[in-house]
Amino acid sequence: MAPEAKSGIVDRLRNIDRRIIFIFVAASVVIPLMFPLGLPLKSSPPSRALFQEIESLQRGSVVLMAFDYDPATEVELGPMSLAILKHCFRKGHKVVGLALWPQGAGLARATFSEAGSDYNVKYGVDYVNLGFKAGGLVVIDSLGKSFHESFPKDVDGTPLEDLPLMKNINTYADIDFVMSMSAGDPGLPFWIMMAQGRYGKKVGGGCTAVSAPMLYPYYPNQLVGLLGGMKGAAEYELLVGEKGAATKGMDAQSIAHALIVLFVIIGNIFYFVGKRRAKRGGGVI
Amino acid sequence: MRREIPLIITFVCGITMIVQFFIPHEPFGSMKSYFQQSYMIIAAFAMILGICNLTKLHVNKIRYKRPHWGYSIVLLAGLAGMTIPGLFVGAIKEGGIFDFLFKNVHVPMQSTMFSLLAFFVASASYRAFRARTLDAALLLVAGFIVMLGRAPIGDAMTSFLPEGGQMSDVANWIMAVPNTAGQRAIMMGAGLGVVATSLRVILGIERSYLGGD
Amino acid sequence: MSLELFGTWLAALLTLCIFSFLYKDNPFYKFAEHLFVGVSAGYWLCYNYWNMVKPNLIDNLEAHNWEYLLPLILSAFMLMRLIPKVGWLSRWAIAFMIGSGAGLMIITYLQSNFLEQIKSTLVSLDPTGLPWYVVLNSFLIFVGVVSGLVYFFFSKAHTGVTGGVARVGVVFLMVCFGASFGYTVMARISLLIGRMYFLLHDWLGLV
Repeated sequence: MAPEAKSGIVDRLRNIDRRIIFIFVAASVVIPLMFPLGLPLKSSPPSRALFQEIESLQRGSVVLMAFDYDPATEVELGPMSLAILKHCFRKGHKVVGLALWPQGAGLARATFSEAGSDYNVKYGVDYVNLGFKAGGLVVIDSLGKSFHESFPKDVDGTPLEDLPLMKNINTYADIDFVMSMSAGDPGLPFWIMMAQGRYGKKVGGGCTAVSAPMLYPYYPNQLVGLLGGMKGAAEYELLVGEKGAATKGMDAQSIAHALIVLFVIIGNIFYFVGKRRAKRGGGVI
Repeated sequence: MRREIPLIITFVCGITMIVQFFIPHEPFGSMKSYFQQSYMIIAAFAMILGICNLTKLHVNKIRYKRPHWGYSIVLLAGLAGMTIPGLFVGAIKEGGIFDFLFKNVHVPMQSTMFSLLAFFVASASYRAFRARTLDAALLLVAGFIVMLGRAPIGDAMTSFLPEGGQMSDVANWIMAVPNTAGQRAIMMGAGLGVVATSLRVILGIERSYLGGD
Repeated sequence: MSLELFGTWLAALLTLCIFSFLYKDNPFYKFAEHLFVGVSAGYWLCYNYWNMVKPNLIDNLEAHNWEYLLPLILSAFMLMRLIPKVGWLSRWAIAFMIGSGAGLMIITYLQSNFLEQIKSTLVSLDPTGLPWYVVLNSFLIFVGVVSGLVYFFFSKAHTGVTGGVARVGVVFLMVCFGASFGYTVMARISLLIGRMYFLLHDWLGLV
């Protein structure tokens, strides 16, 4: 092939219409979802640590679970919240849910309903949803004095005195384990700073993949265990033994990651080819 | 008066929150609790202020027929459609119109909006990620290992290696050691930055939050 | 058509409207974008009222807890921002929030993000009874943290020994940024998987 023709192809591929890239991305997700490969899954140490912590709690322990996320990250944090809730209900733990993000309260409602449908649990007795409060770090700190003062009513406006579970819960002293499903700020870092740092409670939880690297410095001294992104959720589903939405997405995740790696490699090949040609021809790139 | 009183309020609130940490007894304990309850209420009103401002902006856009003012009607219709059923007693409970709109309008739109980023991250990977220097190459290699190692495909590619040396194990090591070290250095630097800025705010040196005039 | 089916179709239609942006900016996308902002604002308003303002402020005032008058006044001041003539009053409320937040953050950040981090870095250097790889990893973390901090220390020129140590810090930071890049890609792809799964499973019933 003539050098001009070769360079023409390289240039064309370098400046390819982004919509063609978009088609490849969509295909890398859709095809594995329709035709699963069933690639085996392995759990990571932070996920196993969180599982072990919940597993080792005594029956009837009270777990505080904060739904600090919104629909934008529901696909990552929803499945892990569901798997953790199912684990808690299976072990007979009581769950107190709340949200530092407004949408978290609505999503918690749906997650509680779905998890509770498989177990013999009752609202107000085995779990409660306290709803949303604005203020982030201040809300977390205020729970050290009184849950009842900060959350006089649950998400639907029922006074806390009317909920049997909340009769004996008023401060962190009545909570055995604190968890946050966190999409950012306010979220898990604030729970670590306040519930663990100030009130000495064990804290664990899940986060979006974007924020997972930033939370590793807290693990394991300040953070008992961590689930990072959809993979973390799939790992927890594996540990609990309930394949859910996250596990189903893992094949698509694999192929899409491989595609992006391939894109970077191809992009770099074209870059270096162009650079060498520019050097030879005295041009610029 | 317009600037002095806010500075005094900041100083008193800031010092009270610091002192109560070391002396949790009266009167600081009660003051802290009172400040916290007040803070939560005012924070809620800060959000409400944002919504009022958004409404004002789009009402003006419609009134003065600014470009694309028709979409402002859609925005206000969405706001009204959610708020009117949502402000009735018990309206936010499961099964109502509010809940229906949340599940079938709000959730899918917000999820999709953010999922668009997957396409742009792929496009950027193809066009912009270049191993121009050794540092950039190091970043890319670490990124590859984490990307492949944190998805099942990594282990499938390295299944011939013994347990402990597969892609997921290397990715776990990167996360637990170099990533932890780097993030911790950033965290400590940022932590000191927060402390310094907070002190400047409390002492009235940093006043940019008060705005102009 | 049942309400559930109608909801699924509505969600699918809005999902496609937003995906249409991938082709190019268009009226369907703009419609969905504005609707999304309006609906979000409505949701925030209702939840703020029912979960925050009503139980924590109105109910307390109705029970004659007059101490809640001050947060009521400050909240009203916050809304004064909308009226340019008296907008300066909102500074009082902002000052209250900024001051309380700053006071709380000084202690918590210093404790959790600074002192605890030093503790976590140093304690794990104790090799007694630990396997060699744990000791090596702890040593690497120590080296990475110290060299990373040296890199961020700009009061001394990065030359000589300082430059060498800072260079080691850059290596750790690059690996750390690479990990963050990998995880960011993972997050974005996950979000797309979620939407595609909705379209293929909930809407079309193909998977």
